[in-house]
Amino acid sequence: MSTVEFAAKLRDRWPTEELVARIGIVLGLFAFVVALPAVSKHVSWFPPTAREAWWPALIGLTAVGAGIWAASRGVTRLGWTAVGMGIVGIGLGILATRASEGNLGVVVVWSALLSATLVWATPLTFAAIGGMICERSGVVNIGLEGMMLSGAFFGALGADKFGSWPMGLLCAGIAGGAFALVHAYMSIHLRADQIVSGTAINFLALGVTGYFFIQVYGANGTPGDIPRIPEMPGLGFLGDVFGHLNFMIWLSFLLLILAHIFLFRTPAGLRIRAVGEHPRAADTVGISVYGVRYAAVVMSGILAALGGAYLSIGYLGSFSENMTAGRGFIALAAVIFGNWRPFGAFAAALLFGASTALSFRLAQPWGNASVLFQALPYVLTLIAVAGVIGRSTPPAAAGRPYVKQ
Amino acid sequence: MSENEPTGERDAGAPLAQDPEAYAPTVARRLAFYQRAGGIVTPVLTAVFAFFMGGIVVLATGHNPITTYKAIFEGAGLNWFFHFGNYHIDIPFTNDHVWFWWDTNTNHTAAYNLTQTLLTTTPLILTGLAVAFSFRCGLFNIGGQGQYIVGAIIAVWVGSRFVDMPHLPHILFGIGAAALAGALWGAMAGFLKATVGAHEVITTIMLNWVAYWAGSYLLGRDGPLQNHTDKSIPISDTVVDDAKLPAIWGNPALQALHAGIFIALATLFVFYIVLNRTTLGYEVRAVGFNPEAARYGGISVGRNFILALAISGLFAGLAGGLDILGWQFRLGVLDVQVSNIGFIGIAVALLGRNTAVGVGLGALLFGSLLTGTSTRSLDPEIFPPELAGNLALMIQALILLFVGADLLILYLWQVRRKLRLPGLARAAKEQA
Repeated sequence: MSTVEFAAKLRDRWPTEELVARIGIVLGLFAFVVALPAVSKHVSWFPPTAREAWWPALIGLTAVGAGIWAASRGVTRLGWTAVGMGIVGIGLGILATRASEGNLGVVVVWSALLSATLVWATPLTFAAIGGMICERSGVVNIGLEGMMLSGAFFGALGADKFGSWPMGLLCAGIAGGAFALVHAYMSIHLRADQIVSGTAINFLALGVTGYFFIQVYGANGTPGDIPRIPEMPGLGFLGDVFGHLNFMIWLSFLLLILAHIFLFRTPAGLRIRAVGEHPRAADTVGISVYGVRYAAVVMSGILAALGGAYLSIGYLGSFSENMTAGRGFIALAAVIFGNWRPFGAFAAALLFGASTALSFRLAQPWGNASVLFQALPYVLTLIAVAGVIGRSTPPAAAGRPYVKQ
Repeated sequence: MSENEPTGERDAGAPLAQDPEAYAPTVARRLAFYQRAGGIVTPVLTAVFAFFMGGIVVLATGHNPITTYKAIFEGAGLNWFFHFGNYHIDIPFTNDHVWFWWDTNTNHTAAYNLTQTLLTTTPLILTGLAVAFSFRCGLFNIGGQGQYIVGAIIAVWVGSRFVDMPHLPHILFGIGAAALAGALWGAMAGFLKATVGAHEVITTIMLNWVAYWAGSYLLGRDGPLQNHTDKSIPISDTVVDDAKLPAIWGNPALQALHAGIFIALATLFVFYIVLNRTTLGYEVRAVGFNPEAARYGGISVGRNFILALAISGLFAGLAGGLDILGWQFRLGVLDVQVSNIGFIGIAVALLGRNTAVGVGLGALLFGSLLTGTSTRSLDPEIFPPELAGNLALMIQALILLFVGADLLILYLWQVRRKLRLPGLARAAKEQA
């Protein structure tokens, strides 16, 4: 094969524009990596000045340039991705150069980071898998945040009043289910706008939990001796890998697998997907569209509430007003970023949990700048809906009320 | 008419019987439908019902709902209107004064509380308009909160860092920059909608949180906008005096009502004019009713998506700017994190049926509710303000819940039709 033939073949496989865009994406990543002390110190062929801010800026700008070039020649999606990656790379790279070398090396301790990641990812996993099931049935659930918050409060209340954590989880599930039922009735039977209804659920949960928190506990807050969800050793090799983890973390692994099997390998899962893609067709073959949607929405409320309960009685051991602080929205982002699939949502939850964990762990060397990591889930989701890692495709009927004929 | 079928379904809501897409291709289409259906009665009923439910919660937890609501009413300063007398207002820049029915002296609690209510109403009008305008284009802008934060951040930057500017240009620059920043923040969502079809609800939610964390960084410890005097407090510098909006009612040292309320009221008027009397407004509404028909008629749908969200963001950014330059004068991380003025704008817009007058009245209602339940205004002897703040959230949520339910409104419409009200018969004829 001559060089010309090879070049032509390569061009068929990857048109120049696409290639440039891909290079841009890689460069965008590189802009951040080059600034990390651990990398620039140990890779000998790096120039010694790689820790200066203009390196990531230069590389990132190249990425942006490549992206714009490609985008303006028709490869819009990859091109804009490269632009986005370049910008993110510049931002993170410059931040990284501002951190002192020693600290960054010490702080990124992998095991501690991994456990923190699992801790922050678990509530997201529960809520995200719940939200995914709900959206798969064709009902958009903006109210995840409110359902999580209700789970956090009523979990703490139940655990405190009944004196055991399983009762706490039960109360959380009931409360989350009840809020979800309101959302379901509004968006399925009354055909209200699902976004409006979900927003209302968020406000309602904020008001109800805050009201009863003050009514029951007053200024003292929840007592210090609330029964907590225990840490448990893993079975077999899992125990060797992870050691002791909270019961809810183990449950989230199990939930992931069950959700995947349920959604893609059982008749009930097929019904949910059918109702979410084409309710009219599902109705025609005798599936109760309303019934399936009610079940899915309530299930999502229960799961989100369990995630919230993990925050209050699992991890922190107390409740405070508005303690979920936007985690429901990160879970929503995880659903979208994970392209409405269980493993995708779980991977996204892990990624977003890691960004939260990093933001806390990097607070030492970076100071306040580390809070920018908390914005990462939202920025990544924005890039994803702009059509990056394969376009995110929501279920066809998501957000549309169904009218029986 | 059978028992288990909602009453409005058969004849009144004939479009409902068809495919949902045909019945309501966009949110705006559906809204236009029940705007005619409900008139002014349904929003009023909605609010009354929400307050009634809130009263039940108050009663169930061992408090007296009537005295509670009375305390909230007085906390909002609305009782001011019921004390008539022989008073006068000083005319600015002169020694003259004119006779006035009410006492404007803010040393009295009622008058002071009323200034605080109007102070809260000002940004609510604007964030309400921010939701309403995009709604009329068939878009749901939940991003009012983020656009508001961005506007506030820019206003505090301009107000505290551009020290040497003269008075009027500084104010105009601050307000203009805030509005522009909000517009850009909104336009981002519009751009993504127009180019790649990303759903505006998702993108605006994400942009809200990006603004939230960006604000937490910028104003936080050692952040670029943190104050120069005390590095332990995560708050910005105070806006210089030249950049402050003039106070029009009350003592400026105690959060007086500022001239921004006139800007908000003027914006209500502008909203009405732009929407109903300009080509831009016509195109926006056309896209809102049916994007496909609008496209067929030669209207650039994508351009209108971007414009509608940019104008929405402009309103919300303006709200942030007015709040900073009008009475807050500085912005802290905590302000960014606990504020929900932008979210309340959703309730304001929906209760106000996305019309100028409705948004104005809705903003006044929520402004009163927020001020009346605040720690400073509510009498703690009668009802604990910590509970009342949450009660306000609940009422707000219930209003949102009921206002979003089409069928509930159709049902009410049916009841109203039985009463043979003339306006409604006309609307029914139009529907048919």
